[in-house]
Amino acid sequence: MNRNVIISFGLHTLLVIITAMSLPFLAKKPIDLPPIISVELIQITDKTNIPFAPKAKKIIEKVKEKEKKLVSEQAPPKKIKKQKPDAVPLPDEKIEKIKKIKDEKQNPEKVETEIKQISEFEKKELFDSNSIAALIDKSKTESAETNKKLDKITQDQDKEMDFVGLTLSEEDTLKAQIFGCWSIPLGLPFNEDLLVRIKLQLKPDGSIIKTEILDHARMNRPGQAFYKVLAESALRAVKLCQPLRVPSTGYERWKNMQLNFDAREMLEG
Amino acid sequence: MLFRYLFILLILLPIKAFALIEVDITRGNLNPLPVAVSPLAIDKNSKDNFKKVLKKENLGLEISAIVENNLRQSGLFNPLDKEAFLQEPEIANLKPRFEDWNLIKAQALVTGKVTFVDEKLRVEFRLWDVLAGKEIMALAFTTVPSNWRRVGHIITDKVYERLTGEKGYFDTRIIYISEEGPKTNRIKKLAIMDQDGFNNKFLTLGNELVLTPRFSPTNQMVTYLSYFKNLPRVYLLDIETGMQEVVGDFPGMTFAPRFSPNGKKIIMSFAKDGNSDIYTMDLENRIVERISNHPSIDTSPSYSPDGKYITFNSDRSGYQQIYVMNSNGKNVKRISFGNGLYGTPVWSPRGDLIAFTKLHKGKFYIGVMRTDGSGERLLTENFYQEAPSWSPNGRVLIFYRETKTNAKGEGFSAKLWSIDLTGYNEKMVETETDASDPSWSSLLSN
Repeated sequence: MNRNVIISFGLHTLLVIITAMSLPFLAKKPIDLPPIISVELIQITDKTNIPFAPKAKKIIEKVKEKEKKLVSEQAPPKKIKKQKPDAVPLPDEKIEKIKKIKDEKQNPEKVETEIKQISEFEKKELFDSNSIAALIDKSKTESAETNKKLDKITQDQDKEMDFVGLTLSEEDTLKAQIFGCWSIPLGLPFNEDLLVRIKLQLKPDGSIIKTEILDHARMNRPGQAFYKVLAESALRAVKLCQPLRVPSTGYERWKNMQLNFDAREMLEG
Repeated sequence: MLFRYLFILLILLPIKAFALIEVDITRGNLNPLPVAVSPLAIDKNSKDNFKKVLKKENLGLEISAIVENNLRQSGLFNPLDKEAFLQEPEIANLKPRFEDWNLIKAQALVTGKVTFVDEKLRVEFRLWDVLAGKEIMALAFTTVPSNWRRVGHIITDKVYERLTGEKGYFDTRIIYISEEGPKTNRIKKLAIMDQDGFNNKFLTLGNELVLTPRFSPTNQMVTYLSYFKNLPRVYLLDIETGMQEVVGDFPGMTFAPRFSPNGKKIIMSFAKDGNSDIYTMDLENRIVERISNHPSIDTSPSYSPDGKYITFNSDRSGYQQIYVMNSNGKNVKRISFGNGLYGTPVWSPRGDLIAFTKLHKGKFYIGVMRTDGSGERLLTENFYQEAPSWSPNGRVLIFYRETKTNAKGEGFSAKLWSIDLTGYNEKMVETETDASDPSWSSLLSN
């Protein structure tokens, strides 16, 4: 009896220890707060801008003054100062985010190169308050990561474009070309479902590798003479039109395409 | 975590792979389809034989000219100039060089061969899709040489049907009233011709006034109205045999007898007790049945293709308008509500439209409307025109048009005209004399 109680007590104790050990709040390390980094935003255009022609320079300066005013309205210096103590030094990614947000607030029209210049300039500003090595390292990684991020964005955009349809102008160009090639058989009834779907496989220059009528079986069914006629006319149109006026880029996007021929609108008059 | 990513990838990848670009093509051009009709090849022996029998130098060329002319007249095809053809007919008939035909922008090609076999005419023809580079139809006909024009029409019908999806109307005939002499003393004869105006024949001598001939939709019978001793009589005429019989004498004014869709009845209007109504007569037992019974003037009845309905014109609303009723005379509905007077309604063989003549502000129009009266379209306008008659495929209307005379009564003429449903392809049909009251036959080669 006592033995069983001891075993039970031992096992329960073990269970409590394991549970206690595995609980996250127990395992959590104390927050290692890195030193505070002060961030100041400074106009660097005087140093980076290419000298302009005197007239243009004046105009640009006027515009800049206006912009400065706007900036001061949107993000008064006080606010920035306030943010300094709040800007908790975080891991690199978070620092980047804070900088980005501030950049966007004060100078939304900044281009990619300006972002780099700011980060380089920050090195000098941060020089006073923090260790050089750490900051040089950070700035390097920041700029590198910014570049990487930008690269990533463009690649992602490209990938997304691959799966987006044609733009309206691209579609209109293609439609206009096929409209001209398609001689609609005028004897067709307008009140029947006569939609012909043709799948195309295209070369980069818009010429056709392969055509496939998606409802091919319907062509040979009895009583489907009208469908057959329409399908043949659509095929003729595609062949007559080739090479199709396809976009000059994004071949992966449109190398396979489906054309839906529907003559009802025209036949109804 | 890795599995989770893999799972998401598995879901997303197929979606991306099947995101096929779709483009809707809802418009095209209505230009006639460019077609090349190559002269039919003919060997020397056959050429000599046909020259003896038909007095034709090159029958292959003659038949292809018929096909070409028919296709052009339809307005749906644009036969290309033979001068532009690069390939000889003999070779084209065996194996067309599609590049050559493509070069002259032909989208379809007709080739063929004519031979003289056992005193008969044998014609083979093939229809090719030039862009697809394949044969899409091949047929052969054997007939007596004198039927050579009909062979040309039949080939056209087949080509037309294959390329448009609807039956053709070329191997058909038109019966009409031939008119000669001054306007005040016209000699009117019953005449018949091929739809292209060839093979014209007069069926009556012109001693009696003949009016409103109408073809049977099922065979080569014609019913028409003739005045014998100033009394209207309805006649039946068999075109093939020339046999003619009187269906009946009818009192008062009688108008426009027309066959029922099965050809077993004729429907007409005649005046009884001073009131004009619609009647049918069974051609087997000659029993006359009254269909409409209204104090107004009901005339010009025409059956729907299924025989269930009748359209007619009546002035029961105060003005002449078009009505539709059941074939037993019940459920009368007015369908025309536009400005002007409407008359001579004719139901399309396809059943979808009713053709009519409209008089508005002193001008006559030929138009069509749906069978419920909606979608009215006026196809042509002129000083005087009436009596539309449908082609057997319901695509073209033939009617007659009279010209204005001068103060002395000179310059009068009446001619047959045709127009298709688009309203663009309006053409005069050549006849030997002046002509009126046309009626289109069904296809002879049914």
